[in-house]
Amino acid sequence: MLKNIVLWLAGIMLVLPQIGLAQVHETTLSNGMKVLVKEDHRAPVVVSQVWYKVGASYEDNGITGISHVLEHMMFKGTEKHGTGEFSRIIAENGGRENAFTGRDYTAYFQQLEKSRLPISFQLEADRMRNLTLPEVEFKKEVEVVMEERRLRTEDNPRALTQEQFYAAAFVSSPYHNPIIGWMDDLKNLTVDDLKTWYGRWYAPNNATLVVVGDVDAQAVFNLAEQYFGKLAPSEVRTMKPRPEIPQLGARNIAVKAPAKLPYILMGYKVPVVNTATEEWEPYALEMLAGILCGSNSARFPRELVREKQIAAGVTAGYDLFARQEDLLVFDATPAEGHSIEELRQAIEEQIERIKTEVVSEEELARIKAQVVAHKVYEQDSVFYQAMQMGLLETVGAGWQKLDEYPERIRAVTAEQVQAVARKYLVDDGLTVGILEPQSLTDKSLASAEH
Amino acid sequence: MTRMQKILVLFSFVVAIIVISVFWITEQSNRELTAAPISTNGLSIENWQTRNGARVLFVHAPQLPMVDVRIVFDAGSARDNSKAGLASFTNGMLNHGAGEWDTNTLAERFDSIGAQYSNSAARDMAVLQLRSLTDTPLLDTAVSTMMAIVNEPHFDQNELERLRKQVLISLKSQLQSPGTIADKAFYRTLYSEHPYAMPIAGEPETVTAISREDIIEFYKQYYVGRNAIVAIVGALDKAEARDMAERLVGNLPKGKSAPALPNVKALQQAEVVQEAYPSSQTHILVGQPGMKRGDADYFDLYVGNHILGGGGFGSRIMKVIRDDNGLAYSCYSYFLPMREDGPFIMGLQTKNESRDQALELLGKTLREFIEQGPTADELAHAKKNITGGFPLRIDSNKDIVEYIAMLGFYDLPLDYLNTFNSKVSAVTLESIKDAFARRVEPGKLLTVTVGQQ
Repeated sequence: MLKNIVLWLAGIMLVLPQIGLAQVHETTLSNGMKVLVKEDHRAPVVVSQVWYKVGASYEDNGITGISHVLEHMMFKGTEKHGTGEFSRIIAENGGRENAFTGRDYTAYFQQLEKSRLPISFQLEADRMRNLTLPEVEFKKEVEVVMEERRLRTEDNPRALTQEQFYAAAFVSSPYHNPIIGWMDDLKNLTVDDLKTWYGRWYAPNNATLVVVGDVDAQAVFNLAEQYFGKLAPSEVRTMKPRPEIPQLGARNIAVKAPAKLPYILMGYKVPVVNTATEEWEPYALEMLAGILCGSNSARFPRELVREKQIAAGVTAGYDLFARQEDLLVFDATPAEGHSIEELRQAIEEQIERIKTEVVSEEELARIKAQVVAHKVYEQDSVFYQAMQMGLLETVGAGWQKLDEYPERIRAVTAEQVQAVARKYLVDDGLTVGILEPQSLTDKSLASAEH
Repeated sequence: MTRMQKILVLFSFVVAIIVISVFWITEQSNRELTAAPISTNGLSIENWQTRNGARVLFVHAPQLPMVDVRIVFDAGSARDNSKAGLASFTNGMLNHGAGEWDTNTLAERFDSIGAQYSNSAARDMAVLQLRSLTDTPLLDTAVSTMMAIVNEPHFDQNELERLRKQVLISLKSQLQSPGTIADKAFYRTLYSEHPYAMPIAGEPETVTAISREDIIEFYKQYYVGRNAIVAIVGALDKAEARDMAERLVGNLPKGKSAPALPNVKALQQAEVVQEAYPSSQTHILVGQPGMKRGDADYFDLYVGNHILGGGGFGSRIMKVIRDDNGLAYSCYSYFLPMREDGPFIMGLQTKNESRDQALELLGKTLREFIEQGPTADELAHAKKNITGGFPLRIDSNKDIVEYIAMLGFYDLPLDYLNTFNSKVSAVTLESIKDAFARRVEPGKLLTVTVGQQ
């Protein structure tokens, strides 16, 4: 088997040069706005995204959720285009649009037939500088966001557990706060807070424009200059660093909520590309997560779900392109007849094993093959390509890291996987969150309005 | 990056449940912000049958060294009979040991070459999907593995018991999701005696009762040539695609097409289902039986619904519920066209104390739309949106393979996409009003609410 895999892998490696990975074209406008373009001529479409360096991790206590509320308000009009006008024009041009907020970014996008790109640029340039933020619209929209919070978090026992888990794992780091914000902060948010936030972060020199599609890179640069180039830059204040304090021992929290199934989250503090002192470590952690839980043939699905049948489901999460130190998280639900404690022990045994036994070449090769294949598959989506470029640029890693990624993963050795497991998957950096299900029929436990 | 990464993001508005629409431009309300008309050149779809009668649809897409294959059987939960969950269980068992390989080896074979396999069941269809690189030794491994899964599943008793436990626990987890509870109650009541009534994954009692013999019998009856559609999109030539389709399904017995499903009966009166749940929001679903794929009223209902609540921002439901009143994050309406009449659904979630207000506004919005129809501006806007975005519908292999599998499964004409825009353009104010008046009866709606009273 092993020999075959190595042969297959060699086959995949040969594929990559054939497809000639498209080049990223980069420029910076005179006002400091970065523009990234990738030509993809498969279909007569284009995706345009504007990424701002602001998100939940930029927020102070008391105004959590403000980046996301502002993102909602970006559809509520400028001097030139009234409330709802942005969406109406994009729709009339056959476009799809939306926006999203994460811990480390806020991004806006349109997908259009290629000739419509100037429409997107004109509208995005307008709302980068000229948002009106009407009070009457804000009052309604913040209610919408509170409904969103109820939908996603308050009435979802696992999401509720995750929220409390992150708040316990991070003390001084802004990753303590949920992206959507605490309910009381949303209730106390004012339109003046939003005006300040908008003024502070929405400027061309704090934004990256990413365009992927059936376009000519130079023509896109010219168009960007035409629409965005005239916007005045702002003085964007440097934020104070808010690193996480060293964790001095394991943390355990319980969350009691109406639910049917127990659930466990186990998160270890780990470096990311932005914070790593050893460049290879995040890639070794990525590999480690892959070997344990990255696909159907990984150890957790194989041994915990199928063989021991102790887990009903288990996943791993690691975002190596987070802006700050983050967690490698395992989350799992025990199989019927097994307790959370048994499941936790089984996961810890797996972690122990990866510290003591070197992983096989076959397992490494499998992950590497998936990474290489994925590099081809991702080119089927112009949106995904743009998303990756925008994300890496915005968190400060730089889009070039995308091209390096397969090579970096390929270079990871079995010894390095073992080394990061020993160094980081340790009790003193562990936070455990457990959902303790409460009756779904006892009204006294119904999630109260905060 | 790899699939293990979880990206935590919040979207500004809910991505439409139904495939969002298509597009173009005739009127110019804002000259500065409109561009030239869009070409509606569609796809060139090749189409043939395998030796055992499976229909194959193929689109040559040479740009990337990869292929997507989607195999669809008329073997969804509508075929369960009294054994709710059987179709889904059978579909889920296929990759749990097949040919000369056990579950772990099958998973390793796909993972080792970076191939991606998935399966799923819905009410109409059972689906198996594969994405692979086209480099010869890789593709060969992917196809031989998939071939075993389709043709030689073991249905091993131990694996079956393990999967049963997984299904039972996932049914249990549905009880902690008010949205899922509402959805199941909606289908159960709307379809009553019809096969669409039962939940796709079944109920604990029915899943517990499913035997290995049931699964084998179901597989033998429905996983046959004449009950299969194979959609292929990728960097293969036609001969290679032919060969691939024969390898994947050509050895299945010819069998028979699944029999026709019964017609869906209209509701005879308004019905209300209220379920108590300790959530801060009430989940609301309001609807009726809607329409079939290929329905004569399809384009009128589709474009009309786009205006009513399918078109995201700018649609009436979004405007009334969210923009004007701040009552919900997600609110929508859609027709889900199926083999027989799929549902027409309007839905939202709102804090418990706003439930009655939201229900009243939703009902009023629908009644006004049926009585008065859309305005000329609304219709012009909807047509521009639907026709102007035509290229976005088919801009990836992933979209195309789903599209052509759907065309094949519901036996829609191969020029469906190429004529889509002209059919949308032909819709009029009167034809929408007429179709809604005939097809949606506001006095006979089913209303499901799940939340605190």
